[in-house]
Amino acid sequence: MAKSEEIVYINSEGKRVDGRKVDELRPIKIVPSVLSRAEGSAYIEWGQNKALVGVFGPREALPQHIQDPTKALVNYVYRMATFSVPDRKSPKPGRREIEISKVSGEALERAIFVERFPNTTIDIYVYLFDSNAGTRCAALTAASVALADAGIPMRDLVSACAVGRAAGTIILDPCKAEEDASDAVDMPLAIMPRTKEVVLLQMDGLIGKEEWKKAFELGIKGCLQVYEIQKKALKRKYEEIAEEEEKTIKQIDKELKKVEKK
Amino acid sequence: MRDDIIWELRSDKVRELIKSSQRLDGRALYEYRPIKIETDFSKNAHGSCRVVLGETDVIAGVKMDVAEPYPDTPDEGSITVGVEFMPMASPVFEPGPPDQNATELARVVDRCIRESKAIDFKKLCIEEGEKAWFVFIDIYVANDSGNLFDASSLAALGALLNTKIPKLEDDKIVKDEFVGKLEVAKRPLLTTFAKINGKLLLDPAIAEEKAMDARISIGTTEEKLMSALQKGGPGSFTQAEIEQCIDLAFEKSAELRKLLKVE
Repeated sequence: MAKSEEIVYINSEGKRVDGRKVDELRPIKIVPSVLSRAEGSAYIEWGQNKALVGVFGPREALPQHIQDPTKALVNYVYRMATFSVPDRKSPKPGRREIEISKVSGEALERAIFVERFPNTTIDIYVYLFDSNAGTRCAALTAASVALADAGIPMRDLVSACAVGRAAGTIILDPCKAEEDASDAVDMPLAIMPRTKEVVLLQMDGLIGKEEWKKAFELGIKGCLQVYEIQKKALKRKYEEIAEEEEKTIKQIDKELKKVEKK
Repeated sequence: MRDDIIWELRSDKVRELIKSSQRLDGRALYEYRPIKIETDFSKNAHGSCRVVLGETDVIAGVKMDVAEPYPDTPDEGSITVGVEFMPMASPVFEPGPPDQNATELARVVDRCIRESKAIDFKKLCIEEGEKAWFVFIDIYVANDSGNLFDASSLAALGALLNTKIPKLEDDKIVKDEFVGKLEVAKRPLLTTFAKINGKLLLDPAIAEEKAMDARISIGTTEEKLMSALQKGGPGSFTQAEIEQCIDLAFEKSAELRKLLKVE
């Protein structure tokens, strides 16, 4: 880790290792409805991170003894492909993946109207194929778009973003190099943007309350930006459907006119 | 996952009482259950501690072992935290590999200690790139009566504080001979709050955990720094609630630290 000390985290122009400003997200691209067999799906690119999400349900929860007569179960499965990290990862889910699956599922449970679907399960499968810090936030962001794509009733989308600290500076959406800073703090955060309630919160690093508050509030701003990107991605899907529909209608009109002329 | 039915039946009562800031066991909102700490619980362990928090009962043991450092940190040892829910700790626990709850618990306790820098990993190095001490902290949950987070972190720290470093001869650990104590520079501890019906309360007992909407655990040190944060459960928190929990965590963890006597 000696090398990381030589890195200039913020240069004289206020730019970060990858050229971003301190409060700048990496480029995010979200495409809903990318997998035909899933009931809802999404693809996300968030910087180098790439993930695919597929959603099924609500469907009967099996075996029967796992059913909850009061609500739907939210089964969130987060996995990283063996080749998605610098050293090959074991295909067996590790402790990190199990923990992330748990807290992310709980974050979405708050947003989904689970009480409307007793005895069922909503299965959300997320696979990462490339990674560079912030994968759980990218995964959760895409998962909430996939749930909307599946038409599952929700109170709001869930928007996620990490915030952190490197070399004494609070930064939005840290990349791997920044996560490895000697004074690094990493705080993945997810909110339901309409109410700003916090549905996922984790942190590691060592930080005092004042600095934490600054980081938290920057993180909220990041989540709100992510929210806009999610909404645009979903709207685009329906605009495309509408355009297709319009074309079809025009085509039918033409055909009809031809028939009338005859 | 059908749970302890008896506690679920009390959920309504818990949720009703909390409206007037009352708790099933008569505690104040920000009051811990009685805590008993017993150190040196296991003679074969290099350090150990049993914590009884109300009826919650956990035992942490430390074993030091020599191994090759990780390639990316050749001059450092490390710590590893494991959690095992003993099958008799609750009617819903089953033998087998750690489930989501045990995994989350182990990782949050790990982060709380690791990130506080209570243990200097560089000081665990014996020979760069060749060998270093690895500190294995294993936590056994004997009775789950709620708030395993705080009980486990207290037991883990208690065990670390009386951990002795074994003597090495030809790279082998010499049984029952020690060269000194493990240096623990900070006192990192978790403080956990439950949110029920919009109210926050400290140290949720099992009935309160069954009734809670969400949970937040905050790792703090005596220097008023945070080393870990973890929200759990299907509910949510507002910024104001999180800030209130942080302030309370600094205050309440100080009470726990007083209970940890160092010989």
